[in-house]
Amino acid sequence: MAKKTDETQKSSFADDPINKKLSAEEKIELLRQMTRIRRFEQTSLKHYQGGAIGGFLHLYIGQESVAVGSISLLGDDDHVITAYRDHGHALAVGMSMNECMAELFGKKTGCSKGKGGSMHYFAPDKNYWGGHGIVAGQTPLGAGLAFALKYQGKKGCCLCYLGDGAINQGSYHESLNIAELWDLPVVYIIENNGYSMGTSQKRSSAHPEGGLAARAEGYGMAWDKLDGYNIYEVRAGVQKAIDRAHNESRPTIVEIDTYRYKGHSVADANAEKYRTKEEIQKYMTDHDPVENWKQTLIKEGVITEEDFKAINKAAGKEADDSADFAAKSPYPDESEILDDIYWEVDNNTAAGRTGTHFFQP
Amino acid sequence: MPREITYREALREGLDEELAHDDNVIIMGEEVAEYNGAYKVTEGLWKKWGDKRLIDTPISEAGFIGVGIGASMLGIRPVMELMFFSFAYVAFDQMMNNAATCRYMSGGLIHVPIVVRGPANGGTNVGATHSHTPENIFANMPGLKVCSPATPADAKGLIKTAIRDNDPVYFMENTLLYGEKGEVPSNDECENGEFLIPLGKADIKREGTDISLIAHGRAVITALAAAEILAEEHGINAEVVDLRSIRPLDEQAVLDSVRKTHKAIYIEENKPFCGIGAQISSLIMEQAFDDLDAPVLRITSSDSPAFYSPPIEEAQLPRPNDIIEKTLSIC
Repeated sequence: MAKKTDETQKSSFADDPINKKLSAEEKIELLRQMTRIRRFEQTSLKHYQGGAIGGFLHLYIGQESVAVGSISLLGDDDHVITAYRDHGHALAVGMSMNECMAELFGKKTGCSKGKGGSMHYFAPDKNYWGGHGIVAGQTPLGAGLAFALKYQGKKGCCLCYLGDGAINQGSYHESLNIAELWDLPVVYIIENNGYSMGTSQKRSSAHPEGGLAARAEGYGMAWDKLDGYNIYEVRAGVQKAIDRAHNESRPTIVEIDTYRYKGHSVADANAEKYRTKEEIQKYMTDHDPVENWKQTLIKEGVITEEDFKAINKAAGKEADDSADFAAKSPYPDESEILDDIYWEVDNNTAAGRTGTHFFQP
Repeated sequence: MPREITYREALREGLDEELAHDDNVIIMGEEVAEYNGAYKVTEGLWKKWGDKRLIDTPISEAGFIGVGIGASMLGIRPVMELMFFSFAYVAFDQMMNNAATCRYMSGGLIHVPIVVRGPANGGTNVGATHSHTPENIFANMPGLKVCSPATPADAKGLIKTAIRDNDPVYFMENTLLYGEKGEVPSNDECENGEFLIPLGKADIKREGTDISLIAHGRAVITALAAAEILAEEHGINAEVVDLRSIRPLDEQAVLDSVRKTHKAIYIEENKPFCGIGAQISSLIMEQAFDDLDAPVLRITSSDSPAFYSPPIEEAQLPRPNDIIEKTLSIC
């Protein structure tokens, strides 16, 4: 499924200007971010299984290079929006583990004050617009954010992430048409983990030989296909799409092959039935993006195995500490139920004080 | 001599003024720009404001409504036209999830200052798919605001307020009213040089003492016609209360009127099941029970999809005679 990248290509991605200019510290930071995401997800899984977290939990383990690699390229006027598998992007844009974990625990200290849960993280101050629960529902919003940037004359773009299952929703296709028609600076990043929930790509998506992103040709849109195994490749490929958005105000679809080690959500009881154990194991041993980046940095002489152990240990501690923070935080108060529904009411404006807004019997 | 303009012109004037008032206001929808609007509400605005502010969209309601919602998160104030509010159903996820719940799910970090406007009415012989009246459906969703003006003045005053509001407002018009004329004050006649009507404020369209005819949208006009006949032919002095805004709702105006007249009928072109009248009946029953001299009655469109055949469809909607008969049954 993942495109085979040969050694020559791998070195050429490393030599791409956007990667060439990475300092040792920046390379280590990429590793640290991926490791933090993994440890956060492992810790959240533990507490979900322990009963502290309710609802759904869509884990990002195995896909870390996609969010970390692409978000590492963004500037002040670049924005991010994604679907429900949103923890990785949240940490990559700079949200804290504490606020993210507390949200999972349904606590007042959570990023959405306990009102959104796992699928609905937001941080507008970090240009992060969610965290959306309905498959592909965020794809028109991504075009809308890009529309606003263009309208305001900003040289920015919106990275709009979606899963491979989302490409069959109508709202996505409507968004593609509008994005290309209006030259919107949006980059659609398909995180192709091969399965729309329990249905394999083969059983869910008709597409050209080139892959899922190749459907872009139907809209006359640029597209690319990358291997998420190698974060150099993610960065080099996504940078091209960002450049197209910044310099030409044109959209791109970038498909990044990746893999989720866990089920669609933790509630997915068949995660090892629609895929073989061997397939999952193969990815874990041969295609792990964190392990690959670690080995790359060891080979480059940037870190040692010991350095990684320290990074991993620190990330694990940070995750455990966030769970402690979440556990100790108070639940929201029932008095907060009617807050954050209407801006005008929350801000006690004349409009917010006129007429009945709530109809609680 | 008071100025009279049509409902359509009043809306256009409101839109034009808001385009001038705030550079972030844009109008987006099918045929709104070069075609001058399917119902000519936006006629001339593209010529005046150009491509940047008046944007023709493809026929992709989910796509363009979603684009408007996304843009509004970054400070744009999009006024989205639905050629028919019936087409909201193709954009339902965007309108019910993304516009209505993002503020809540973000713990108040986001707001969506968007207006979605268009005609929401039957009575034009276009069959059920184009005749939906979803005000009750959208007003059911906390986070959304819904209004439905009956007169040119209310259309202008409310559209301007809706655009300035920082929450999503779904603004339901009526194709049968677009050509109707009414008094709309010019800005010179207004205290602050502009004409704004707050959301959540009902209007007594006709004062009376014997029964409260409460309504929204075009049913207000029907109620006014019935009230005249009731006065002339039956000596009944009906009060007509126009909600104008459904959510937020001016509950006080409803209760005040019922406490005066002791009888109430709700009239709407919406369907009966869980319609606006059901909400108003419940309000009156809960809060003005002892003031009532008769049960609260409702007149709605028939509980069926819209009939195409013109004379039958007319019979599906509330007519003055329906109101007169119901009124006489309790007066």
